[in-house]
Amino acid sequence: MQEIKDMVCPFCGCLCDDVTLEVENGKILSTDNCCTIGNAKFMGKNRLKNPIKKVDGAWVDITYDEAVNTAVDLLLDADRPLLYGWSGTHGEAQCVGIHMNEILGGVIDSTTSVCHGPSILAIQEVGHPGCTLGQVKNRADLIVYWGCNPIEAHPRHMSRYTTYADGYFLDNAFRNRKVIVVDVRETETAKVADEFIRIKQGGDYAVLSALRAIIRGKGDMIPETVAGVTKTQLMQVADMCKTCSFGALFFGVGLTMAKGKYKNVRNAIELVDELNRHTKFTLTPMRGHWNVYGANEVFSWMTGYPYAVDFCRGVAFYNPGETTAIDILARKECDACMIIGSDPAAHFPRQCVEHLRDTPVIVIDPFQSMTTSFADIQIPVAVTGIDAEGTAYRMDGIPIKVKKAIDSDYPSDTEILTRIYDRMLEVKGL
Amino acid sequence: MKTLLIKNAYVIDPIQKISGETMDIAVRDGKIVDDVKNPDQVIDATGMLTLPGGIDSHTHICGTKVNFGRYMSPEDMRAGRTSRKGDMHATSGYSVPTTYGNSYRYSRMGYTTLLEGAMAPMEARHTHEEFRYTPLQDCLANTLFDGNWFALEAIRDGDIKRLAGIIAWYLSAAKGFGVKLTNPGGTEAWGFGDDVTCINEPIPHFGITPRDIIVNMIEANEMLNLPHSVHLHCNNLGKPGNYMCTLDTYNAIPDLNDKRQSLYSTHVQFHSYGGSSWNDFCSKAEDIARSVNDKPQITIDTGQVMFGKTTTMTADGPMEFNLYRLYHNKWSNHDVELETGSGIIPVHYRKKNLVNAIMWSIGLELGLLVDSPWQCILATDNPNGAPFVKYPEVMALLMSKNYRDAEFETLHKSTGKRVILPSLDRELTWDEIVTMTRSAQARALGLIEYGKGHLSEGAEADIALYPINVDTTDPARDYERIINGFSTTEYTIKRGEVVCRNGTCTMESNHSTYWVNPHVPPAYDMGTDAAFIDGFNKYYSMRITNYPVGEEYIGRNVCMESEASL
Repeated sequence: MQEIKDMVCPFCGCLCDDVTLEVENGKILSTDNCCTIGNAKFMGKNRLKNPIKKVDGAWVDITYDEAVNTAVDLLLDADRPLLYGWSGTHGEAQCVGIHMNEILGGVIDSTTSVCHGPSILAIQEVGHPGCTLGQVKNRADLIVYWGCNPIEAHPRHMSRYTTYADGYFLDNAFRNRKVIVVDVRETETAKVADEFIRIKQGGDYAVLSALRAIIRGKGDMIPETVAGVTKTQLMQVADMCKTCSFGALFFGVGLTMAKGKYKNVRNAIELVDELNRHTKFTLTPMRGHWNVYGANEVFSWMTGYPYAVDFCRGVAFYNPGETTAIDILARKECDACMIIGSDPAAHFPRQCVEHLRDTPVIVIDPFQSMTTSFADIQIPVAVTGIDAEGTAYRMDGIPIKVKKAIDSDYPSDTEILTRIYDRMLEVKGL
Repeated sequence: MKTLLIKNAYVIDPIQKISGETMDIAVRDGKIVDDVKNPDQVIDATGMLTLPGGIDSHTHICGTKVNFGRYMSPEDMRAGRTSRKGDMHATSGYSVPTTYGNSYRYSRMGYTTLLEGAMAPMEARHTHEEFRYTPLQDCLANTLFDGNWFALEAIRDGDIKRLAGIIAWYLSAAKGFGVKLTNPGGTEAWGFGDDVTCINEPIPHFGITPRDIIVNMIEANEMLNLPHSVHLHCNNLGKPGNYMCTLDTYNAIPDLNDKRQSLYSTHVQFHSYGGSSWNDFCSKAEDIARSVNDKPQITIDTGQVMFGKTTTMTADGPMEFNLYRLYHNKWSNHDVELETGSGIIPVHYRKKNLVNAIMWSIGLELGLLVDSPWQCILATDNPNGAPFVKYPEVMALLMSKNYRDAEFETLHKSTGKRVILPSLDRELTWDEIVTMTRSAQARALGLIEYGKGHLSEGAEADIALYPINVDTTDPARDYERIINGFSTTEYTIKRGEVVCRNGTCTMESNHSTYWVNPHVPPAYDMGTDAAFIDGFNKYYSMRITNYPVGEEYIGRNVCMESEASL
């Protein structure tokens, strides 16, 4: 048995890099330091053994060569191909995807468009005052979690980066740090907060505006309650924010996907902007997939835009709401779809899933998922972090090499995409 | 074994002291050789100005903050788009182009080597990933140390050898090239929203001053025998009256290296301001240039501002926040734990804005008032002063008083009272412009012995052939021809292969990353130093084992080894 230390967990945007794995005979026996979600990923079973193709409603085993040729045929035959997912794969594979999309003249989009897409729209309007997570750990004496529930969704976030982490400038980090949680219900995270602000559903924008007004010295115009929050509590929270030495606001899809969407995030950014005139304050989106932020980074340096990039006119064109996967599907434009590193059938609106069902779909994924049920072919690959390696970007933009623990015969995402891309160039005579 | 012969080239190569000779250049296997028989390719360069490939010794093209500039600016991406064509990939962006955009546009201007000016070592992997998609230039990355806790502690403890060991570990781990200090001490203070005003103000919590950082870093840098000197973005950037801070800094710089400067002072235009507020803001380029003329240990780049829209980006987080409070547009900030900061805002430099017009004048004054072109490098701190595609205009402005006067006429009417530019008659010569765009860079970066910046036998065959006939072109009058000629080469040759022909690039290139690996005695090897490793694992949010960038991230790998004198 072999013990491997400092492995990187490929589950969420925390990218914890202190995981210990016990490995024997090419199998992972156990994990240490991992949260339960990460553990489940490392210990994942039931991987698809070989590529499969649906023929007359039944799955047939095929070879990788056949799978590559079928994928190329389906994609090259389409007028409006969509290459979707990307958040569950490494950066090197995402780069191949961009090159492929140039040739196809298709749309390439990541899961961003159904999670923090609105955050990016807000950032494109007003910017992003942020920092790395270690900056928060070493300095922050005030943490705000808004519309997110790290105890359940990012289980080690609080112990590695915020509440329970030791910090250089804090004598007793746990006692010296205050935690504020803002949510519509009392989550597990809210239960450990020093201050819980319970707002009515859809009230984020109003509460953010109220806090901004108070910080600007206009507290007298605030009514007795704002979206279910008392003025007394708002005044107290504004004071905590203004008088801390270093505040860090983290927010999740509870803010980005609630009523108001990107306007909520814009308001949060402008609150943080305002607070920087009094103290130090930063803001960080709680990114979900382990490499969703990497997809934004790779898309940006390769195409100029972080997600939802349409190459149908040759140049990169970006207009979320038009070029986002959901919209392409809802308008029934897409006539072939390649899905990698995500499970849209589990997350997309019904209407989009129905269109996908009626469209040729290629799935590149190690495991069966809900999306498998309507795929035309599925190509199993190695799992980055287990039997493949590659680069990922943490929720704060830190690039980390996700290493592999064991060898397998599965191709990595980069290898399979490169084969598809090379074959595409060959068919097109490029 | 591939061979190339360039015939009848009109060559200027200041490092070889060749000042306009017509000659043949032979290339074999990517290097310049004495002669080739039966060459595979012959280029007739009659009437073409032929130079060593351009080198940009301070530009922002790859890495976390550059990419954030793209990410937050779809309006800039829309301003420069091309589709995939032939061997060229699609590009987007004007002031912060995509990596292919940078690479193609630099290549068509004849640039073959680029130094990314500011890389946080913790985010080095990102910079190297983008280098991989910058295929037509060799890349190097200056590595940020301005707020490095381990470095600050070693300076506080007076342990300069340990400081050298720390620098060596980080440079090698980050696959970095040189030591960059951006607002030393100020970026650490910014961690709690503060800044330092100049070199003698103590840095909160560390009990040392920016002067301590600068002087100790220079000494440690020279102990490591690195190719480049310390590369400094002075404190107090962009503030009226900051020239005094710049002069104080220059007065503190020792002269420790006889092959090159001991300090590379970057984007000096932003540090040459007089006045006590924006109301009496004025140029102090004369004072700065006089100081540089007196000090061979200092080389500067000008940080020229050109009018139009661009994006500012720097590790100097507090400066960007101040700038944002002037512009009120959009502001991004990204502090990096234990290391440095960064900030980004878009700006628009306007001719009718008095401050902007003075800034434009100061950059040109520096170029004209520093006597030796070897000490004064042409750069815009791309994209901070202007996107690099403006370089040909900057060259023409420095070569033509007519052009300067014509431009000056269009500026804010009060500009003349705050600057001396109209009184400067100097027009830079061909040799001087060539020096300021490649030779001085090669010397300043310590790359001459690595075969860059010159066309001697054995040098890298990085060559730019411009459609400029020097004999029939009078730069003072024909400045449009200077601009056009330097904008698009006839041929850009990278390591012996044509990578760009009349503006159309091919992908047949073998890009290299140059990085340093200074060898230190075991006592100063931080990789085995328990205190360093424990502190690292305690305060960083990443394990030390996962921090170093592996060689799989480097394209064609040029590791520059040195033996430290510790």
